[in-house]
Amino acid sequence: MALDSKVPKGPIKDKWTDYKNNINLVNPANKRNIDIIVVGTGLAGGSAAATLAELGYNVKAFAYQDSPRRAHSIAAQGGINAAKNYQGDGDSNYRLFYDTVKGGDYRSREANVYRLAEVSGNIIDQCVAQGVPFARDYGGLLDNRSFGGVLVSRTFYAKGQTGQQLLLGAYSAMNRQIARGKIQMYNRHEMLDVVKIDGKARGIIARDLITGELERHSAHAVVIATGGYGNVYFLSTNAMGSNATAAWKIHKKGAYFANPCFTQIHPTCIPRSGDYQSKLTLMSESLRNDGRIWVPAKIEDAKAIQQGKLKPTDLAEEDRDYYLERRYPAFGNLVPRDVASRAAKERCDAGYGVNATGEAVYLDFASAIQRYGTEQAKIHNIKNPSEAKIYELGQAVVEAKYGNLFQMYEKIVDENPYKTPMMIYPATHYTMGGIWVDYNLMTTVEGLYCIGEANFSDHGANRLGASALMQGLADGYFVLPYTIGDYLSHDIRTGKIPTDTKEFDEVEKEVKDRIDFFINNKGTKSVDHFHKRLGKVMWDKVGMSRNAKDLTAAMAEIKAIREEFWKDVKVPGSANEMNVELEKAGRVADFLELGELFAKDALVREESCGGHFREESAELDGPQKGEAKRNDKDFAFVSAWEYKGEPADAVLHKEQLEFKDIELKQRSYK
Amino acid sequence: MNLTLKIWRQKDSKAKGQMVDYKVTDISEHMSFLEMMDVLNEQLVNTGEEPVAFDHDCREGICGMCSLYINGEAHGPDRGITTCQLHMRMFKDGDTITIEPWRAAAFPVIKDLIVDRMAFERIQQAGGFISVNTSGNTQDANSLPISKIAADEAMDAATCIGCGACVATCKNSSAMLFVGAKVSQYALLPQGQVEAPERVKNMVAQMDLEGFGNCTNTGACEVECPKGITLENIARMNRELMKANI
Repeated sequence: MALDSKVPKGPIKDKWTDYKNNINLVNPANKRNIDIIVVGTGLAGGSAAATLAELGYNVKAFAYQDSPRRAHSIAAQGGINAAKNYQGDGDSNYRLFYDTVKGGDYRSREANVYRLAEVSGNIIDQCVAQGVPFARDYGGLLDNRSFGGVLVSRTFYAKGQTGQQLLLGAYSAMNRQIARGKIQMYNRHEMLDVVKIDGKARGIIARDLITGELERHSAHAVVIATGGYGNVYFLSTNAMGSNATAAWKIHKKGAYFANPCFTQIHPTCIPRSGDYQSKLTLMSESLRNDGRIWVPAKIEDAKAIQQGKLKPTDLAEEDRDYYLERRYPAFGNLVPRDVASRAAKERCDAGYGVNATGEAVYLDFASAIQRYGTEQAKIHNIKNPSEAKIYELGQAVVEAKYGNLFQMYEKIVDENPYKTPMMIYPATHYTMGGIWVDYNLMTTVEGLYCIGEANFSDHGANRLGASALMQGLADGYFVLPYTIGDYLSHDIRTGKIPTDTKEFDEVEKEVKDRIDFFINNKGTKSVDHFHKRLGKVMWDKVGMSRNAKDLTAAMAEIKAIREEFWKDVKVPGSANEMNVELEKAGRVADFLELGELFAKDALVREESCGGHFREESAELDGPQKGEAKRNDKDFAFVSAWEYKGEPADAVLHKEQLEFKDIELKQRSYK
Repeated sequence: MNLTLKIWRQKDSKAKGQMVDYKVTDISEHMSFLEMMDVLNEQLVNTGEEPVAFDHDCREGICGMCSLYINGEAHGPDRGITTCQLHMRMFKDGDTITIEPWRAAAFPVIKDLIVDRMAFERIQQAGGFISVNTSGNTQDANSLPISKIAADEAMDAATCIGCGACVATCKNSSAMLFVGAKVSQYALLPQGQVEAPERVKNMVAQMDLEGFGNCTNTGACEVECPKGITLENIARMNRELMKANI
């Protein structure tokens, strides 16, 4: 099947407006006869469910948690971008568009990104109207901060809990519709497959996680909003339950999977401490507004610190290597995430890491505390303030900005980050790749949509900070509710979709057989055993830095782990009850397939771009020496994979990317 | 360190539960409490026993999913954190740790340590929102200045994660801190004013219907709340309710 992105004609500035003016609408009386399933209730799914219900459709929403409010969007800390230009620093829709395409290393679709920038301002208006308590300045207007990869301040925030507040906003909008009966909410339910009738998505099979019962749900369209697949690495900043099952199941039923190798390794996470580690914790990128990243300049100091013989505060200023400021003077500590992560890895690989494992760098707030303290002393008219006074005043400012993050760090690491620099190291955080969608956010299966992190559309090969929340809400509030109407306008005479058909029978049987297999397998090793082994292969061979030899090996190793998993996995308990191990088994089985496709995609993309760094493709000399080398001539395309059984047999379809409004050039943050 | 765990096991909502003893060994003080539970569960799976079911998800203190009553304290023996942020350095070698689910009539046990918090959902559905459509056709976000003090206070109330520790720790199983936080968030913002009387009446009515107890100003909820929601929010809710009823 040839890929058709369905991007409308016309100048980029008018595409979305003209398109909306010309697509089909469904009249309100007919909307009452149309059902839509939304799987996942994070920012994308929650906002879509609420909006579709407001419009008049009958929505069924599904979440594996016990409430929509607990989806992992809640953990986003730093903020949400919007081209409001409230700071008067020259921001505009075009600049947000440009920054996002450049930040994504020119591997995203221009028209989608422009639309994202266009609706970004509306998101802020909407959220304020919903009662989201964004941070404000003393004049009562909204405050902004800066994030990596941009030169303006366009990030709106609610302390360090922006994702939480935005999700609670979408959740409140959902609650209003649940109370009206327009959304039927299925908490503690997991979608286990999609049902297609005559090539169209017409329903899902879901498992009630409390009773274990399999349920059939039909609808005129199905929307997948189930987030990313970062847990393929076992350790990531994702929630423990975050999984790729819905996305992988629709891939197996015909939805192409795009750019699986584009994964974001976030530079500022708390380093791992031991083998028992279950997940990694993010420290918001907003910390890079004020924190300076460094390692010791001398290898002997680094060794002494690793052995616990020297403290970071013992090192004089000239013995510290602020390597981001050194390598990237223009952007300094605010380079994009992929660049910051690789730079940290480079220093640690060279032996300059600062904890016992050698895999950590410092994030230091001493100079910010000093700077703010001096400023506060001036404001409060304190003459000749003592060092201690300056420190006290400065600490109060830092605490007001990042207090909850510092508290989180202290609880985990048991060190006071106001007094000694934080230790951070990169960790898997977000997946730019995902299900391929067209301009309407429809997958390659008719009537099957994919929104938010689960799709591939807007971030190219690297996502900029504070853009995930923007995309999730843009898709759910402002894009999908329009585009889905165009499709559903052809379904007004269809009537209710029955679930007692052979198509539902068949899919339910597949799902049931697989569950029974796990229960009856009685192997010898736990699900986590296999998940951890998969994670290790992914991190070691398909991590921050990749090469053909390792990727080829990874594909074979993942396949071997998968085969062993199916022979030897052990799932206690039964199918007809709450069974956490059974849930995990299904998810890990899918990760074991996705991981191999991920490695295959990374192998095929023989260029370095964004979060995907191929050692074979780096600049060899000149001012950019050692930086990633993109290859636009051969690789300016989206890889869209078609399922053919074994992941290694997947067929590649290419969507060529055209850049008409932005000139393709090397990304430089120097 | 080596520990003895006394854990509430209950097959499903209808079964009779009981405390069961388990031993775990070689627990590192750097582990989180839930990682210690993972070690126990891995042990149980390997010996063919059913692992202990407990709610958890984000493991960074924000989703509100985790919910254990540890040694008689909601979220265990530390302040300002959820169970997933509790670390084993709070315990000593040889300790016996008692782990129970939230105990409240309005939170029935589903399995082992997992409880049903749908009562919270129904309270939010009764009025925990501002009735504005998500069309985006609202006024510009900066057209209505809001004092920083009010916005910050609203934010402090809005940080509630809906975990239910307040209910679990209250001798009356009162949900007033939870409801007060949501009522306060909207009461402090101009956007919330229009529906304020109806909101507080409906949410409080639903709260009573669910079987939560009343507040007797003990203050245990404030102490155990992982997000530091203060009793002030309960006072504000009562004031709002009185205003609405006049």
